Amino acid sequence: MAAVNPVSGAIAGVQKWINDRAPGLDAAYRKHISEYMAPKNFNLWYFFGSLAMLVLVNQIVTGIFLTMHYKPSATEAFHSVEYLMRDVDWGWLIRYMHSTGASFFFIVVYLHMYRALIYGSYQKPRELVWVIGVAIFLVLMAEAFLGYVLPWGQMSFWGAQVITSLFGAIPFVGESLVEWIRGDYVIADATLNRFFALHVIALPLVLLLLVVLHLGALHEVGSNNPDGVDIKKHKGPDGRPLDGIPFHPYYTIKDLFGAGFFLTLFFFVIFFAPLFGGKFLEYDNFIPANPMVTPEHIKPVWYFTPYYAMLRAVPDKLGGVIVMGSAVLILFVLPWLDRAPVRSHRYRPLLAKLILAGFVVAFVYLGYAGYQPASPGLTLLAQIATVYYFAFFIFMPWWSKLGHFKPVPERVTMHD
Amino acid sequence: MAEQAVDEGRRRFLTVTTAVIGAGGATALAVPFLASLQPSERAQAAGAPVTVDVSRLEVGAILREQWRGRPVWIVRRTPEQLAALEGLASQLRDPNSAVTEQQPEYARNPHRSIRPEYLVLIGICTHLGCSPLFEPEIRPQPFAADWKGGFFCPCHGSKFDMAGRVYSGVPAPTNLAVPPYRFDDDQRVTIGLDPVPGAA
Repeated sequence: MAAVNPVSGAIAGVQKWINDRAPGLDAAYRKHISEYMAPKNFNLWYFFGSLAMLVLVNQIVTGIFLTMHYKPSATEAFHSVEYLMRDVDWGWLIRYMHSTGASFFFIVVYLHMYRALIYGSYQKPRELVWVIGVAIFLVLMAEAFLGYVLPWGQMSFWGAQVITSLFGAIPFVGESLVEWIRGDYVIADATLNRFFALHVIALPLVLLLLVVLHLGALHEVGSNNPDGVDIKKHKGPDGRPLDGIPFHPYYTIKDLFGAGFFLTLFFFVIFFAPLFGGKFLEYDNFIPANPMVTPEHIKPVWYFTPYYAMLRAVPDKLGGVIVMGSAVLILFVLPWLDRAPVRSHRYRPLLAKLILAGFVVAFVYLGYAGYQPASPGLTLLAQIATVYYFAFFIFMPWWSKLGHFKPVPERVTMHD
Repeated sequence: MAEQAVDEGRRRFLTVTTAVIGAGGATALAVPFLASLQPSERAQAAGAPVTVDVSRLEVGAILREQWRGRPVWIVRRTPEQLAALEGLASQLRDPNSAVTEQQPEYARNPHRSIRPEYLVLIGICTHLGCSPLFEPEIRPQPFAADWKGGFFCPCHGSKFDMAGRVYSGVPAPTNLAVPPYRFDDDQRVTIGLDPVPGAA
């Protein structure tokens, strides 16, 4: 036997010591990382899950440092953020990493959800993965909204005013509910203080828990893939799927490449266009909150504009709120609406592809419309797009069965 | 020890009572936490009336004041603006101020004010709480071809006439609210207090 290297010997000793006392750790590492068998045909669309984790870590780390300078009080909040930007060493970088991270979080999550849509990743047996994912999306929206209020600029204030007023549309209890949420009769110091607490403690904890559940649910059933075939049907003599490869090292390396590419874009924006033309941070938010004057053109940050356009498209207060709420909630039931015999769009008929393309057009148009000032022509088109958005889901049990499906291969296909 | 038969009934009783009492305790514990989010005593106390000198206000102009943290507008309407109110009823959702919560009884009239000339409104859109823009001129606007003067909410396109009455077909459900107010004399208006009976 060769002489044992003292360093590796020591590492092995520590490993054995821990494993004797907590054998589950090693098993968990193998189950979730070194022996998690992922399909070998992941493509570009499969970067966004790990990128979402990366942004989450970015938000938590930069967020912790922001709280060290930020003051959650109506009189001090705006100036504490400007102080951070001007007087704290590298404060601008930490803040822009956080604010740009919020927008990139939504870019990544929207693409991640679209991936699930085109490859049928929500279908049986992954319904729970999808449902937890939609819950993450909901919490993320709340988290992003609360965070946008904290700098206490004009958009913070009036955004908070509009969003909390949404609850006022609920019959009977609406008005008292709004007061309860605001902690005052208007958006005030009490509102800012509690939004801070929710943004930095409550929702991040919920978000982390949901992410753990999302991954846990995924690793029970295994990842889907661009062909939508079940890789567990063909296993080798060792019991491992023939089309599966261990997550580590194969996908950790692949995801590292994706992370490098992502970070290049991310920091390009942070260094050269942190406001992104008023889309990531709106110009009006560099004016301190003024309860007397609403900005001329109030609009949410870009990632909320599709839903905001739906709210605006309905000429009725309660109706608008119901439409906007259902637009998000309807995502929960998607797995039970799709009746297609295949998962991936690769094997779906042209009709399904066209309907999905129409959905993308409608959603992007709504995002554009929600960003523009209200005008009758825009509103009419937004109404049409809203109807399409809902029709896409409501009629899915029928249209998803129509047309000629291509045969799904037994094994995954590779295109390189 | 002797073998004893499991008393299923007793076990069920204990399970149910434990659950019920536990749930009751949890509910009781939740009350202070939920109630702590209500407007505090200090927030409730900060609602003092505001007195405004309106003698400086020119005809056709608007004065913006703050009362209970909200913008309050005082507009001195021109005779043309008052005249334009009359022909609008068919385009309005609530032309006769039927929704009683939106104004005190003494402002429930065609001009929605104590004195026709002076309009006092809470400057918060009844849709989602933006503060609408003051667009007093009677002339075509991008948002309405035959605009008779009034208020336009840039957030979601709600329109109100020069009495704060909401147009049909916009998201806002009700007329702009009229706060309680009174004329102390010809120069001063106090917002937050009803008129003294018999004095007006």
